[in-house]
Amino acid sequence: MTLVTPGTGGRAGARQAGGGAPAPARPGRSRLRRVPWRAYLYLLPALAVVAVLLLVPLGQAVQISLYRWDGLSPSTWAGFGDYLDLGRDPVLRSGFLHALVLIGFYAVIPVGVALVLAGAMTRAARLRGATVLRVLLFLPQVVATVVVATAWTAVYAPDGVLNSVLDAVGLHAVTRPWLGDFSTALPAVGLIGSWLELGLCLVLFLAGIGQIPRELYEAAKVDGAGAVREFFAVTLPGLRGQIAVALTLTVIAALKAFDLVYVATRGGPGNATAVPSYEIYDRAFNTGQVGDACALGVVMTLLILGVTVLIARLQPKEDDRA
Amino acid sequence: MITRREKAVNYAVLWLFAALSVFPLAGVAVSALSGGSTGSATFSWPDSLHWSNFAEAWSRGHFSHYLLASAVVAVSTVLLSSVLGILAGFAFAAFDFPGRSALFYLMLIGLMVPEEAFVIPLYFDLRNDGLTDTYAALILPQVAQSLGFAVFWLRNAFRAVPRSVVEAARIDGAGDWRVLWRILVPTTRPALTTLAMLVFMWTWNAFLIPLVMVQSEDLRTAPLGLAFFQGAHTTQFSLLAAAAIIVALPVVLLYLFLQRHFINGMLAGAVKE
Repeated sequence: MTLVTPGTGGRAGARQAGGGAPAPARPGRSRLRRVPWRAYLYLLPALAVVAVLLLVPLGQAVQISLYRWDGLSPSTWAGFGDYLDLGRDPVLRSGFLHALVLIGFYAVIPVGVALVLAGAMTRAARLRGATVLRVLLFLPQVVATVVVATAWTAVYAPDGVLNSVLDAVGLHAVTRPWLGDFSTALPAVGLIGSWLELGLCLVLFLAGIGQIPRELYEAAKVDGAGAVREFFAVTLPGLRGQIAVALTLTVIAALKAFDLVYVATRGGPGNATAVPSYEIYDRAFNTGQVGDACALGVVMTLLILGVTVLIARLQPKEDDRA
Repeated sequence: MITRREKAVNYAVLWLFAALSVFPLAGVAVSALSGGSTGSATFSWPDSLHWSNFAEAWSRGHFSHYLLASAVVAVSTVLLSSVLGILAGFAFAAFDFPGRSALFYLMLIGLMVPEEAFVIPLYFDLRNDGLTDTYAALILPQVAQSLGFAVFWLRNAFRAVPRSVVEAARIDGAGDWRVLWRILVPTTRPALTTLAMLVFMWTWNAFLIPLVMVQSEDLRTAPLGLAFFQGAHTTQFSLLAAAAIIVALPVVLLYLFLQRHFINGMLAGAVKE
């Protein structure tokens, strides 16, 4: 659902509040309604907080991104130099590639798997224990990422659960310190993301399927559609809105994987798990490349806005549901 | 129309994935109670229940400080963003004023912009004002970030209140202020509860802003404390697990009691993002 335009549907409220003055409304005068200045008073505190702590710093980030600055000495004008740096820096170039891989793990895998599962369950009437299932599936969403990372480092540890299982089934040859190995660290972090987001997607899609009219499934059956045809003809179109929401949430989560990377790998080994959100922090606060970090932050913001707008176009046109 | 076997498979698959969702966290919970010899960095099964891990993690990891800091930050953030959100949500729901659309979208920017983008200048700004390493540096940025959702959420909630209820109050001579606090706020209590829960969770779990804004150990929030504790105790997982449980428990308990608020709020809120 895209944002509801504030101009619509607010009439009722506007009129009732505008009528705060006891004078009876005279016909023909309604167009000359006075500006309700007190509205600005109600708005002011929130607006001030957002402006000072979010909008101004955001503007400053754009400004700093045009300078070369180490955070201490005077800055020098760089124009778009910092942005060009981003393209030239091999660590950042691979960082963007890593972010793309994480999008695969955070968004594509969970959405895909959840769609298949949900599609297989369209004909399950009412699930017993649905509440308990929902609570369990959604649990990873409410646990602090630091705790999640702690749990998974134990799974991936050299003497961890994963290696024990592999040992037990005779695959000792593949055991390794998963988060410390150059070739497996990124997919290992990615799988934590798949684990994080799968439950969210499942809960969303199961709820969405409940809203698809039963008649559509019956009609498909009458037309002789098999399970696969039914999935593509009824379930998939019926879930378009939920898929868009799931993709938006999971892609943004993949781009903002800072907490997980910071706790699980610190971008390592080497730069194997360096992603833009981690590089922003590292460059601004550890290596004194504040200009580059701000440019990267601006790029990341634009990416998130772009992804959101792009995915919003997937959504069915909003009717009067809101 | 649906075979028994199909149904059984559906249940089996769903429960399998539910179990997978819980497994790593359950592993932490179980390990937190195990004797866990030093040197193990993974889950361990308790031979008997070692509750002492919690006491040891609590005192060795200074978690009383961290939980206190987290509680102060989360509760203040919830209160501030609720009150400011109620006022601003009312402005957008009840009045028609020049610039309303533009200001509304401006408020929503916080929903979209990643904190990575503004945290760097914000750090330098707050440092210049001598505010880093204070509660203000932990609370105010979280309030600013939560307000986008709060305003959006409450504006919709206030609009959903039937006009007749508000008009009846108007006829009784209630002004704006009274209508807001005596009519709209009480009738939208469920929406306010959801908002409070979500803001509490987001603030409690926040990591980047506390990491950047405070150096002092007394101001470390619980997740930050856990990250430092982890760095120091990589080889004694039972202790680390107990610490992780301490950090996760407040939000998880709230979630278990008010799961409907969490799930519906996060999904509905997400829809608007």
